Amino acid sequence: MSTDALRELYQEVILDHSKKPRNFREIDNASHDAKGHNPLCGDRLSLYVVVEDGVIRDMSFKGAGCAISTASASMMTEVLKGKTQAEAEALFESFHGVVTGKTDADEDALGKLAVFAGVRDYPVRVKCATLAWHTLNAALAEKEEAVSTE
Amino acid sequence: MTAPGNTEVVARSSASNRAFDVDRIRGEFPGLHQDIKGKPLVYLDNAASSQKPQQVIDAISDFYAHDYSNIHRGVHELSERATKAYESARLKVQAFMGAASEREIVFVRGTTEGINLVADSFGRANVGEGDEVLITTMEHHSNIVPWQMLCERNGASLKVVPINDRGELEMEEFKKLLGSKTKIVAVGHVSNALGTINPIRTIIELAHAQGTPVLIDGAQAAPHVAIDVRELDCDFYTISAHKMFGPSGMGALYAKESLLEKMPPYQGGGDMILSVSFEKTTYNRLPFRFEAGTPNIAGAVGFGATIDYLNGIGMDRIAAYEEELLDYGTNALRDVPGLRIVGEASHKASVISFVLDGIHPHDIGTILDQEGIAVRTGHHCAQPVMDRFGVAATARASLALYNTREDIDRLVEGLATVREVFS
Repeated sequence: MSTDALRELYQEVILDHSKKPRNFREIDNASHDAKGHNPLCGDRLSLYVVVEDGVIRDMSFKGAGCAISTASASMMTEVLKGKTQAEAEALFESFHGVVTGKTDADEDALGKLAVFAGVRDYPVRVKCATLAWHTLNAALAEKEEAVSTE
Repeated sequence: MTAPGNTEVVARSSASNRAFDVDRIRGEFPGLHQDIKGKPLVYLDNAASSQKPQQVIDAISDFYAHDYSNIHRGVHELSERATKAYESARLKVQAFMGAASEREIVFVRGTTEGINLVADSFGRANVGEGDEVLITTMEHHSNIVPWQMLCERNGASLKVVPINDRGELEMEEFKKLLGSKTKIVAVGHVSNALGTINPIRTIIELAHAQGTPVLIDGAQAAPHVAIDVRELDCDFYTISAHKMFGPSGMGALYAKESLLEKMPPYQGGGDMILSVSFEKTTYNRLPFRFEAGTPNIAGAVGFGATIDYLNGIGMDRIAAYEEELLDYGTNALRDVPGLRIVGEASHKASVISFVLDGIHPHDIGTILDQEGIAVRTGHHCAQPVMDRFGVAATARASLALYNTREDIDRLVEGLATVREVFS
């Protein structure tokens, strides 16, 4: 039954984060921010980051998107708080490898982000899972233009 | 109406005496008979593109196997055969659209190129500083962007007719926006995002009352309803073969000969000229003046075959069958909990766009695909329509002559699975 296959993608934790996104707010005094856009499905998000001494102290987002992109943004904001910029970049690299199917999910490296491993079977949805991360890259690089997945 | 048009009407009505045999029709489309993710395909993405009947596939394949060559200039047998096949396709398109002459049928890559041709050529000669182009909120991007580009180039401005909450044109606003500065009106016959059938007859009459020509984007109408450009009295009407069960990269622009005669060439190259020297080039007669370069010859052959196919069934019978199917689908989807249909015009064709409470269309599309059901999700190249209805995207089921009530039932079951996954 293909509902099982769908559960690989739409895991409980993903559905939970998509319905009740964490850190879903603006930050007035963010040190970094950026906007991300996926023209394919119309997803838009704004990301706010507070970096102090190279460490991500706070991170939040606002916007509207599909379950995968919303959950990905929500979990990213949770996971990266307290991490250094370098750790954030390394995590994105691992995450990207897993959702694109280039590397196997390594629970140690990815932690709870490993629930996104199912995305590898849905190539058109990879951009949904990575939109928040690309937007983070742009925020940290202080890019002015909105990030587009296309 | 003149004689050729009457012949066409007779042919259509004689076809309508036979029963609409959807099983036989389905049998003619090999693409429909496959499993997707282990389930029989339900193809409901016809507004994006349609599947092809064996007759069209064979016509293209046979042409390449036996009659292929370049057209118009060769003196050899194969070139004669290819030219005959290409030009007889033009005659079929002419009859299908109800045009008075084959000189009024320009072969193009599709509706997008048809609109670009008019915006570039007619626009260059007729739309200048301070002039206006009038379109509507529900246009496909292909009937927005070429006009924006023209306006930017020539210092004209783009005016947009609003739509109401049902997805119908605000005709009082249309009348107000249609002014002495309006040099052309461009409007879709059927909206790809909403399914609305626009009152193009009225639009054409109103525009003509003050001498403004009208272009009709017929991409979504041609597979579903009979077209008669002379009865409509439209100035331009453009269609895509791929939405009509024909090949991709092929379409036709109908343009009134009186307008086409005065329009500057669109692209330059071979076949659109009579003679070339470095001092002066003399352009070819209509419609070849607008067909530079070796065209999509096999595409035209396939286009002709798809028109034969549609005529064999009868556009009136197709329209009647689909209207009933659209009613069935609309009622079935209205009963799905949390579902809202976007676009509920009183006159609609083929398209049911919808959103589900709390579930993004992209997730709907992925889950339906797992059930073997192909729908479109996103903005459908009509972002202003999405903005008008305050949604980022919709899911869209679009019907064609080979769809059945069972397809709709499978869609409704699929939507139950969507809700189950998100419960």
